[in-house]
Amino acid sequence: MSKLFPRWMNHLPTVLAVVGPLAGVGVVAAVNYWFSPKYTDVGYRPEQPVPFSHRLHAGELGMDCRYCHNTVERAAVAAIPPTNTCLNCHRYVKPDSEKLALVRASGETGQSIPWVRVHQLPDYSYFSHDVHLSAGVGCASCHGRIDQMERVTLSQPLSMGWCLECHRNPEPHLRPPSEITNMAYEPRAAGYDPKADPARQRALQPPENCSGCHR
Amino acid sequence: MVAQAHPEPLDRRVPLVDPPATIQQITESVAAPMEWKAPLGWWLFLAGSLSCLGIWLGSVGYLFWTGTGVWGVNNPVGWGFDIVNFVWWVGIGHAGTLISAVLFLFRQKWRTSINRFSEAMTLFAVVCALSFPTIHIGRAWLLYWVMPIPNQMAVWPNFRSPLLWDVFAVSVYGSVSALFWFVGLIPDLATMRDRATKKWQQLFYGVLALGWRSSHRHWQHYEVAYLLLAGLATPLVLSVHSVVSFDFAVSQIPGWHTTIFPPYFVAGAIFSGFGMVMTLMIIARSIFKLEHLVTRHHIENMAKVTLLTGSLVGYAYAMEFFVAWYSGNPYERFTFINRMFGPYWWAYWSMIFCNVVVPQALWFQSVRRNLGVLFVISILVNVGMWFERYVIVLTLARDTLPSSWGSYSPTIFDFSTYLGTFGIFFTFFTLFVRFLPMVAIAEVKAVLPEANPHHDDGHHAAHGGH
Repeated sequence: MSKLFPRWMNHLPTVLAVVGPLAGVGVVAAVNYWFSPKYTDVGYRPEQPVPFSHRLHAGELGMDCRYCHNTVERAAVAAIPPTNTCLNCHRYVKPDSEKLALVRASGETGQSIPWVRVHQLPDYSYFSHDVHLSAGVGCASCHGRIDQMERVTLSQPLSMGWCLECHRNPEPHLRPPSEITNMAYEPRAAGYDPKADPARQRALQPPENCSGCHR
Repeated sequence: MVAQAHPEPLDRRVPLVDPPATIQQITESVAAPMEWKAPLGWWLFLAGSLSCLGIWLGSVGYLFWTGTGVWGVNNPVGWGFDIVNFVWWVGIGHAGTLISAVLFLFRQKWRTSINRFSEAMTLFAVVCALSFPTIHIGRAWLLYWVMPIPNQMAVWPNFRSPLLWDVFAVSVYGSVSALFWFVGLIPDLATMRDRATKKWQQLFYGVLALGWRSSHRHWQHYEVAYLLLAGLATPLVLSVHSVVSFDFAVSQIPGWHTTIFPPYFVAGAIFSGFGMVMTLMIIARSIFKLEHLVTRHHIENMAKVTLLTGSLVGYAYAMEFFVAWYSGNPYERFTFINRMFGPYWWAYWSMIFCNVVVPQALWFQSVRRNLGVLFVISILVNVGMWFERYVIVLTLARDTLPSSWGSYSPTIFDFSTYLGTFGIFFTFFTLFVRFLPMVAIAEVKAVLPEANPHHDDGHHAAHGGH
């Protein structure tokens, strides 16, 4: 009988035995790295319709986060302020600025400014700002140093694994309720012990079960 | 050649190839279905199977598009046809390993002519079975969540859940069975490669035969590998359906939370597996003219195993009922009385009739050797085993709290998905009988009288010509 297969095919099983498992591990590793929100989402920095600078307002001018995002302590969603919140000041400060044209127009017509959302969680996760604030999670823990950002950038992956990292071991990430909006506060440097804080009202037991976030 | 087979001179056993055949004739008769021009009947059967497969694709496509609401499952009956059919198919898939591994270790030589066939049946049944957990999760594209793969969600499967054990049990069973089947096929694939006349056949069988040249060294490795795989597969015969039974037994539903479940499920699985092997074998041996390899003696042996396992299942039913009374647990008692006289009484009594009453006919040799009757019994066995799972799952309809009682009625999509799995099963089977040797050629040769080292001692006159 004539030869059916070339001789090099004798090596095929060995090659497959080595390459197969490596390929499996490689695919998992590649998906873990290149498909993870840490790679795909962190650094997201969209152009906004109005070049609002958090560095100027929250950083240099020292405005409190809650002046604009006023529902953050009481509601699930930290409100994007209505245009009138901007105009409270900008009626008098730089009233003719070119950059504020859209804000003035919005104030006149009542049409919202089409801000581009940066921190977006999926619909099937129920995140609540008020609970996290009363537990002592600072703004900077999830949003980064907003007070240093000219344009808001996504600084954390906001992935499920990232959420669980803190839910499984919350203590190093907590701070006293008075320091929530303090962007420069470092819980570890300050030596804060949430267990010893008499002002603390919530127990240190963030949910780790599915229905904690997926209801 | 002698005209009449006679028992082996040493052990007085019935010959396993009857009427006797030469080594050459065995190869010819097994290879024939692969070398014939496919008859019209084969094409018709393939067309029928593919139509059922189309029904399956349609049903599953609609399910994926719309969601599991197309099924009849509800609250409290959260498990319906999907798990009934899953357990049913997995059970059917048990005969293969039992025949190939356990009977091999026990040196039951009659297994040689049916092991290939029943292992193939096992594999196809496992494929059908696995389709149900895959589609019942609702979002089949997230199936990989059942595997412990590192991921950015930092979530692992729930290792305390019997449903996860099920994933591992059935997939290990599927892969070991496939490996075992394939290793056993290698010498026969080489035979087919060497007989092949067309280029595609040479390549097809040649690739699969992995360069088998029938050298002594090959055979030595082969025998060791086969024995090791048989040893590996044997515990799986017991473990897979035990784990499947944990899906029920680990929960706390009355009627499910019992220790008898694992052995009772294993017995039932082998019972239904042999039922299915008989159903298919009785037809296949006559269509493909393999009556001399799969003799009435073989069929009778399978009938005996069916009788044994059927009696074990009957015993388990009785014991379940006894323990429900003896335990003094009112919920357990209610469950069993409800099974008999509740809204699904017809399923219960169908189960008892098919699984306990009908197999008793197998006590009679005249029944065990009557292929027509045996065919009907083998089908009733699988009907009965389907109803067994239906009865068990429908326990959900009435639990300990009457205010949460409900009922279950399957929808057209439950039925069409079930019918569709027969399409998967028979499409594979139709291709199998056409393209792979359905009897282990090399192994059958080893049970011929000619393979006996003492065969020629003083029998030259009787057995000349090989």
